[in-house]
Amino acid sequence: MGEMQIEPRTQPAAKPRRPSLTVKDFKGKADPDWCPGCGDFGVLNALKTAVAELGLLPHEVLTVSGIGCSSNLPGYINTYGMHTLHGRALAVATGAQLGNHQLKVVVTGGDGDGFGIGGNHFVHSMRRNVDLTYIVMDNQIYGLTTGQVSPTSRKGMKTKSTPFGSVENAVNPIPMAIACGATYVARGFSGQQKHLVGLIKGAIEHRGFAFVDVFSPCVTYNHENTHEFFKQRTRKLEEMGHDPADPRAAFDLGSQWGDSIPIGLFYRKDGVPALDELEPVLAEGALARQPLEVSRENARALVEELL
Amino acid sequence: MTRIDFSVGIGGAAGQGVATPGNILSKLFARRGLHINAYNAYQSIIRGGHTFLTIRTSQDPVRCMGDRLDMLIPLNQDAMDRHLGLMRKGSAVLYDGDRVKPNAPAEGVQLCPLPLAALTGNVLYYNTAAVAAVLRLVRVELQPFEEMLAQQFSRKGEKVVAENVAAARAGYDYAGSHFEPYPFSLPDTGKRLAVATGNESLAMGGVAAGVKFYCAYPMSPSTGVLMWMARHARQLGIMVRQVEDELGVINMAIGAAHTGCRAMCATSGGGFALMTEALGAAAMMEIPVVCIDVQRAGPATGVPTKTEQGDLWQVLGAGQGDYPRVIAAPTSIRDCFHLIPQIFDLADKFQCPGIVLADLLESEGFSSFEPQELDFNPPRDRGEVIGLDGAPAEGGAGVSPATGGGRRPEHPEGGAGVSPATGGGRRPEHPVTGYKRYRMTESGISPRAVPGTPGHAHVVATDEHDEDGVLISDEFTDPHKRQAMMERRGHKMEAVLPLLDPPRFTGPDAAEVTLLGWGSTEGVIDEAVEQLAAEGIVANHLQVRWLVPLQSEAIARMLSGARNLVIVENNYSGQFARYLRSETGIAADAHIRKYDGEPFLPHHLTDGVKNILAGRTTKYVPVHEVRV
Repeated sequence: MGEMQIEPRTQPAAKPRRPSLTVKDFKGKADPDWCPGCGDFGVLNALKTAVAELGLLPHEVLTVSGIGCSSNLPGYINTYGMHTLHGRALAVATGAQLGNHQLKVVVTGGDGDGFGIGGNHFVHSMRRNVDLTYIVMDNQIYGLTTGQVSPTSRKGMKTKSTPFGSVENAVNPIPMAIACGATYVARGFSGQQKHLVGLIKGAIEHRGFAFVDVFSPCVTYNHENTHEFFKQRTRKLEEMGHDPADPRAAFDLGSQWGDSIPIGLFYRKDGVPALDELEPVLAEGALARQPLEVSRENARALVEELL
Repeated sequence: MTRIDFSVGIGGAAGQGVATPGNILSKLFARRGLHINAYNAYQSIIRGGHTFLTIRTSQDPVRCMGDRLDMLIPLNQDAMDRHLGLMRKGSAVLYDGDRVKPNAPAEGVQLCPLPLAALTGNVLYYNTAAVAAVLRLVRVELQPFEEMLAQQFSRKGEKVVAENVAAARAGYDYAGSHFEPYPFSLPDTGKRLAVATGNESLAMGGVAAGVKFYCAYPMSPSTGVLMWMARHARQLGIMVRQVEDELGVINMAIGAAHTGCRAMCATSGGGFALMTEALGAAAMMEIPVVCIDVQRAGPATGVPTKTEQGDLWQVLGAGQGDYPRVIAAPTSIRDCFHLIPQIFDLADKFQCPGIVLADLLESEGFSSFEPQELDFNPPRDRGEVIGLDGAPAEGGAGVSPATGGGRRPEHPEGGAGVSPATGGGRRPEHPVTGYKRYRMTESGISPRAVPGTPGHAHVVATDEHDEDGVLISDEFTDPHKRQAMMERRGHKMEAVLPLLDPPRFTGPDAAEVTLLGWGSTEGVIDEAVEQLAAEGIVANHLQVRWLVPLQSEAIARMLSGARNLVIVENNYSGQFARYLRSETGIAADAHIRKYDGEPFLPHHLTDGVKNILAGRTTKYVPVHEVRV
């Protein structure tokens, strides 16, 4: 991680020693209200571990979510947080990232939030390569609304809104993310903590849009994609000799589903400028900290244009 | 000096170049210190159709396009056929004699056919020759126009400049020797005025407010704001983004605003409809953001290039639940500039969305400005905000950021003066300063800390939450906390009203008729009042600018002596009339409404008042005489 860039202007010139924090320091003000056994506990823990191990401080991180069980996450982690509207987390996070690009922005949410109602923002945030980490707790079901079909529900799956089985194809977010221009594309499993921590750390350190789709089983409403289901099927890419620089292989492996479902880092492309790097207006530092005054020359030039 | 009041109408098909001579004439007039007001009636078509630009100029501020044309420039037969019938004695019609033929004009209308092919030899220079002919007829010297041509075409080389200048001289001379000039000459007041469209004024108002983040999805008639902002982004250090949809627009603006930027977006009614849930979100999270709805004729896609004041109830009802916000309608193109910084101050101070209800009449029209009124650094009030450079909030809220305070300390008010530090090696447990984002305060305003500020980490939530930002919506719903939060957010807005300028009331207290308008109709009502006075009918005029909060007491006081209250609005159902009644109990005696897509002209109002006073109707609905 090296030196952090985040320093409020009021900070004295001499750099104070950075405190080193533990997972406990990132405990939020509230305790999770997820069902006992929910996969999201593992994702929360992995995220807290990742930020602690990266040496980040609470005020340096902004965690943004939409709505859904998993979107309650910002309340459970001690960072700046925004718990926004259903499907809108990526749009809000993009604005926040551009408003203060010195923040580490992490977006958390579910599959319905991200791939359903928020699908348009998902596509466009990736093509823009916004510098943020997007963690989707993918449980293939709508949990908070008590068990309806989700964009990642298997075709044929019976849910409360598809009692005769879904007739629609599921979306596979991994190839989708690669096609849309995300520059870090990974999949984890909440039951594989250490592995997941590594993926999230890599995502946060990555400069650009980092997407981590996490199998996070719903113990209450999805009796098909259970903890056991993923435990038996997931295979680590790192053990398969996959080269994340190879987008075609990443696409193929990402599309694999069945008895063997790969998890790990599918794709990573470094050196692609993130959106904020391409905007010269950010050269002076965080937009939010720029003075509001209009310079005399600019004010004069604006009037001159109209004469 | 006699008062000049001169209007030119230029009509043609889209793509035929109506805008160029219009812009040139506006600029030439404004450079003589003459005020202008212009309105472009156009259609949702890139090529073809009918576009009609009206430019009116005078030494005095021009408040609307007026009733009368002194000069018609039809660029095609269609424009001639549509408008010639409205030309009156003393006016002139200037056209290409080879291509356009007049029907029978009214008596005293001077027909001025220009042999443009013979004069210029190139269709590219037709408009140049025509503009020069106009200048000759209003007895203005050609030189400023020649200078403008030299400047405008300098990049295309000397030949193009020379040919343009030659065309201008040919048109000028031909008009001088063949046509009768007007009996006046357009004066030069010796000063220069600026000219801007309403969209440019909204954008520049944003600059004056200190906007650092602007985003939008293109939508007529608000797209001009996006284009102006995009063009000036790098010069002014503004982040400008075109977003995938209006859901993304407003949410992105909210994200930027939360970090401390002044963030703005503009759209029209359809895009605004997509934004409404997020406006409630901004209010719930208490993030200041400004959203402009440039109204066009609805519903649905409606008439995309036509004006209306039909979104009032949409904006009043935007978003679920009761939530704090301010809503205002600029009363002129110039006011588009002045209103934006004012509404930003309120949005910042009260941590709520500010909604601006402009319309196409303003956004696509243009107006002159005194250069000195374009103040790009008005006083700005950011409200109680922690963590922005040099802007600590007052009192306990202004606790300097510190991350080193040790364990869960409850020193909510103290700690001021603690020097900012990110460390000291101690563990920064979360509420080290005792900071609570939604702290109960007397004013109801809870100081907001921007992300990145040490020691103030907190969550803002669209779910109901307690003082500390912890959700009370899911697991432990709490009626008492919920009620307290609703009351705090509601209570804080009570302090808005005293900060607003009173609504503008003009004319004598005792009047036969009181005309009440809101937003963009101010200028046309002003002029109608003058026309009525000339006919011996005494009218006064109340124009409403602030819609939420509505200045009910002031309005009721101002209307207490009204003998005949007539509400004027550019919509079908009388949206403001209903609103006024619901807020004040005041019911209008009569209404003048227009919903044909075109703005009111002064005579529509005077005709309406006369019909109403004569007892012929209580709802007068004029329709545009010309199909534009």
